[in-house]
Amino acid sequence: MSRVRLSGWGRTAPSLARVLRPSSEDELLEAMSEPLIARGLGRSYGDAAQLGGGLVIDNAGFDTIGPIGEDGLVELGAGVSLEDLLAVAIPQGWFIPVTPGTRQVSVGGMIGADVHGKNHHRDGSIARHVTQMRLISPQGPMSLSASQDPELFFATMGAMGLTGVISAASIQMVPIETDQVLVDTERFEDLDAVMSEMERSDEAYHYSVAWVDCMTSGAHMGRAILTRGEHAPASALEAPTRRGPRPARLRVAFDAPSGLLNPLSIRAFNELWFRAAPRRAREEPQDLASFFHPLDGVRDWNRLYGRRGFVQYQFCVPTASAPTIRRAIEMLSASRVPSFLAVLKRFGPGTPQAPLSFPQPGWTLALDLPVGPERLPGVLDALDRLVIEAGGRVYLAKDARLSPASVAAMYPDLEQFARVKERVDPHGLLRSDLSQRLRLGSAHG
Amino acid sequence: MDNAFGQPQNVVVLGGSSDIARAIVRKLCAARVTTVVLAGRSPGLLEEAAAEARDYGATRTETVLFDAEEPSHAGRVVAEALAKVGEPVDLVIVAVGLLGNQREMEDDPVAAARMVTVNMTWPVAALAELRARLIAQGRGRILVISSVASIRIRRSQYLYGAAKAGLDRHCQGLADSLAGTGVTLQLLRPGFVRSKMTEGEPEVPFTTGVNEVADNALAGLERAERVIWSPPILRYVFFVLRHLPAPIWRRVMDR
Repeated sequence: MSRVRLSGWGRTAPSLARVLRPSSEDELLEAMSEPLIARGLGRSYGDAAQLGGGLVIDNAGFDTIGPIGEDGLVELGAGVSLEDLLAVAIPQGWFIPVTPGTRQVSVGGMIGADVHGKNHHRDGSIARHVTQMRLISPQGPMSLSASQDPELFFATMGAMGLTGVISAASIQMVPIETDQVLVDTERFEDLDAVMSEMERSDEAYHYSVAWVDCMTSGAHMGRAILTRGEHAPASALEAPTRRGPRPARLRVAFDAPSGLLNPLSIRAFNELWFRAAPRRAREEPQDLASFFHPLDGVRDWNRLYGRRGFVQYQFCVPTASAPTIRRAIEMLSASRVPSFLAVLKRFGPGTPQAPLSFPQPGWTLALDLPVGPERLPGVLDALDRLVIEAGGRVYLAKDARLSPASVAAMYPDLEQFARVKERVDPHGLLRSDLSQRLRLGSAHG
Repeated sequence: MDNAFGQPQNVVVLGGSSDIARAIVRKLCAARVTTVVLAGRSPGLLEEAAAEARDYGATRTETVLFDAEEPSHAGRVVAEALAKVGEPVDLVIVAVGLLGNQREMEDDPVAAARMVTVNMTWPVAALAELRARLIAQGRGRILVISSVASIRIRRSQYLYGAAKAGLDRHCQGLADSLAGTGVTLQLLRPGFVRSKMTEGEPEVPFTTGVNEVADNALAGLERAERVIWSPPILRYVFFVLRHLPAPIWRRVMDR
């Protein structure tokens, strides 16, 4: 087996590993005699789905999409992409209960990261909608659910593959009448205004997210565009349709020069984005793809960040620590580190039984930052301290630079997780560059 | 494990009591490094360097003893040092070197040969072992401390300069051989640095201190520069100096 150079979506810290694409549980089980980690579509931003010198299990061989039942329950191979699932599901009147910002994720990856979407304040993360899963660990294959070994079932949610390789899962889909979302858009001149509006009326919407400009300081610090929406009922549209997503028509074919995304160009982009949004719009129909997955229109857009890549910093803080969001944006704009419009959203209840699941009730902010500025590592370390002080945490699916000590402070149930992992993986075979960097899961890391 | 910013969490130093290496380790510990393995000849100096690393944030330090006059043991030394890291190694700094007093050595066959052994042969042997082990890891970085003395040889330091030149050129080929392996090798070429190695030597223009060299080294590591000059301007200074006619070169450098 030859070696392949692998990195995350941010294209930082690559390593070489052998890659195996098993198409049966038996084939997978046979490979479980050496250090290994599962990989889906490689959309984790950092080093979660790579293992230098080890074995990486490409889950694309588990690609079956079961029939969608009358109750909306569907059994899926872990390697099924959200894009392929939606192509089948939308025409039949079903939608995924939770979608991240891209369709280029696998079912296994969504569970491994315990992804959330624009509806977290109402519907929680994907963990809440998975009724069952098949997990292959060095101890053998297991069927898990909230009643069948719940400890391991929940420990796997957000564990970035460290409890085993998921081969299949059943997900409870939600019914939709059309492929459109009715979207309300509103512009806000500063952060406090948008946050208080979200607190006041988010509950009235299924989907809600705000884009915040982190590069403007002064009176307009944190100016934002708030978009909120509901699935459009057939009665609201003249000609209702249910079409699956279209594949991307554009792609970035080469690495842009590293300096392309600089403070000047990013500021200009933010300005354009902000001005392009209507001051206020009501119930505008948008198709599902452009509402949920705006960046999927351009393939390989991460190459725009050039050879050195980029990091995404996503953290959440409890509701009581809302002022931390303001302080974080102040720190960023003061440090003049270039960052694209950040994504701000409110989280509803988390999954407390899942020790490594990211969401907790409160606020989350996500920023894309090009690697390059010398002060960036220090600024993010300072943000870590701020987040820890506020009782918050950073999302492992996005992380590429946390330290072991800060992860331990952010995820207090880490030891409980290590005990569960020890039970199914006593020799610590399941590991990744991320788990070794953060010393997750065992004394060995 | 290296993070997105190229900040290592563990480091192995071959030549662990080198002043430049110690300065780099101090700065690495202040960032992310928690495990430091130091290999060198003098237990006392290594312990001193290890204590310093702990002061700057290392939570685990280990030492390995070796003699750079014994290249046949270099492979074993590297294996022992990497084993003591206890996890995949992020960064190995090769800082083995001996400047010595040229006037006393230049007519002494044993001393002259020793300069090549310590400055080139031992590091080359160690690099062969490192290459194989890091490639097996699928990632990892090597920083080799060369010198601007290797770029144009001075009459007053030709034993040192020539041995470093051999190492420097060897590393350029080795770096090329690593393309596509996930492993990288970078060369650090400091100018004249005030340190215990150069004590008593007359200073030249662009003389720096070890902390400045360490700053340049860290910036170069983050940017993955193939050759890191310290101070950076020496890249251009030596572009000129290496093309000077010999009589002028002698007059400029060895007044």
